[in-house]
Amino acid sequence: MNAEDKGALLAVRDLSVEYLTPRGAVKAVDHVSFQIQPGEVVGLAGESGSGKSTIAHSVLRILRPPAVISGGEILFRGDDILGMTQQQLEAFRWKNVALVFQSAMNALNPVVSVVDQVTDTMMVHQKMPRKEAEARATELFRVVGIDPARLHSYPHELSGGMRQRAVIAIAMALNPPLLIMDEPTTALDVVVQKEILRQIIALKRDFGFSILFITHDLSLLVELADTIAIMYAGQIVEQAGSRELFDHPRHHYTQGLMNSFPSISGPKRRLTGIPGAPPDMVAPPSGCRFHPRCLAAQACCAEKVPAPTMDENGHHVVCYFPLEGGER
Amino acid sequence: MTQSAPIVNEKEGERFPLLEVQGLTKHFPMGTFFKTRFVHAVEDVSFKVQRGEVVALVGESGSGKSTTIRMVARLIDATRGSIVYQGEDVLHTERTHASLRYRSKVQMIFQDPFSSLNGVKSIGHHLERPLQIHGKATTRAEIRSRVEELLTSVGLNPAWEFAGKYPHELSGGQRQRVAIARALAVEPELILADEPISMLDVSIRMGVLNLIEALKEENQIAFIYITHDLASARYIGDKTMVMYAGRMVEGGESEELMHHPAHPYTRVLISAVPDPHAGLRTNQAVAARGEIPSLIEPPPGCPFAPRCAQVMPACREAMPPVRWLNDAHWVRCMLYE
Repeated sequence: MNAEDKGALLAVRDLSVEYLTPRGAVKAVDHVSFQIQPGEVVGLAGESGSGKSTIAHSVLRILRPPAVISGGEILFRGDDILGMTQQQLEAFRWKNVALVFQSAMNALNPVVSVVDQVTDTMMVHQKMPRKEAEARATELFRVVGIDPARLHSYPHELSGGMRQRAVIAIAMALNPPLLIMDEPTTALDVVVQKEILRQIIALKRDFGFSILFITHDLSLLVELADTIAIMYAGQIVEQAGSRELFDHPRHHYTQGLMNSFPSISGPKRRLTGIPGAPPDMVAPPSGCRFHPRCLAAQACCAEKVPAPTMDENGHHVVCYFPLEGGER
Repeated sequence: MTQSAPIVNEKEGERFPLLEVQGLTKHFPMGTFFKTRFVHAVEDVSFKVQRGEVVALVGESGSGKSTTIRMVARLIDATRGSIVYQGEDVLHTERTHASLRYRSKVQMIFQDPFSSLNGVKSIGHHLERPLQIHGKATTRAEIRSRVEELLTSVGLNPAWEFAGKYPHELSGGQRQRVAIARALAVEPELILADEPISMLDVSIRMGVLNLIEALKEENQIAFIYITHDLASARYIGDKTMVMYAGRMVEGGESEELMHHPAHPYTRVLISAVPDPHAGLRTNQAVAARGEIPSLIEPPPGCPFAPRCAQVMPACREAMPPVRWLNDAHWVRCMLYE
């Protein structure tokens, strides 16, 4: 365990995950390291296929074949999750780390009332008596902003926003210090999305848990995250405090992502997005995986992956020719 | 004042707008034979599209925006209202189904490029068929050169290589470009694009939006661009129209509408857009409690009334008429009566 990991709630070190497919091994996550401090919100941003969900599933050890963790460690308060037995994992999950899935429609059981889905968790994981569990469920519904009168509803009787709130309530049932949220608002309309994000911020303030927030929408993270890590093709290419990252992006991919979201305010400017398409992960590009799409790429970029560098602001970047920052 | 809007920025010499929709309404029947009820998916929608103009239609899911353009595309029948294309009321002159001519003028692009292409046909085949059906090219050589021209025009190079590929060999963005090329094959004047970028990877969305803009600029093609993303509506739409629960509640030139939203719903929608530029400074979103109301035989009045912070008794009685705030911006709201 490194000195810098001391005190971290979660420390992911050199994690690699491969999917063994008939076309060859796909390195979905490639030597990824990051930490989450108690009470911190870490945003993990990247496009589909960049490996963000695979990381979430690795932390909970819910990867299914053909995915295998091929290297690295994941430490929760110093304990290696990857070394845990099945029994230890059962005691660990939900109590310490809970997951909020992207699609609440699929995360909830359609034939079980929502109250039973909340109390189940507590009865199984904490052997809580039903009465007590129901009282806690009522309380949880109140904190996530659902009228407790709806406790006995079935999932189809709730709107998308309410279902997502119910899923958050279930994740919070055992008061875990870390919540992993995998695109929790992606399937929702903007107005509902805003309400849920506001609720998450308020809950985090009141309960003090940490969040690993996974999204493809970088623009959400500046309001929410303390730290942002940008993923591209299985690797973290840049990591910094959220304001710092927005004001001074240093990786060309991050800059390109920011040029992919039109703004609702400010002067209207032409945005270019990023040329090309995300790579085929069976045969990823050599060297820096972004080099075929990068306008600043030179010969060395195709040869060897650059070494990560960090400046005095704690701003990590993996690039031979990082932007000097400042202008966007 | 009638709902017929004064024509903004009409080009010289054009007697009619390219498309004029009046009072378009769609009620879907539901329930049993004995007790039929109606879902009021679209209610009394009117708007105009000029040649070479991008009109963005924004709203949340269930607001009726897709149903509206599906009626314009003649994929579903309208319950009431008229669709006037270059002065011709097509629901009257082509009552049962759209003519080949109308279908060649008005094309549609769908949201999901993974299901809108046929997996067992080559990309070239997808483009040859409309050319043949609409008689845009006849000889083998003509068809081949037109297919390559089309693929090149949507940025799929080298064209001859793409023509031989199959949909599964292409990325989402490339497939959406094929869908656009297919729409272009028949030389349309109006393309209806239903959330064309929402299923694409973030980094390639702007490429598709910029392509739409280029087609507008270079070929004078008009677009109705459906989206739930106001920022992209502002980016690409000359005009923006806002729908809520089947009603069109506000419309106008995009910049004017985004900077001076008049309808309380539009204000809620705009304040909900994540904006990194304003995000940390102003996080004061306008709240709206509750959810979109049921569209099954809704009560009279403004559909936003149950959620509106500025609701008045009159709002629950009848839908307010169109009120022009200036020559580039209208709203349907009691606050302006």
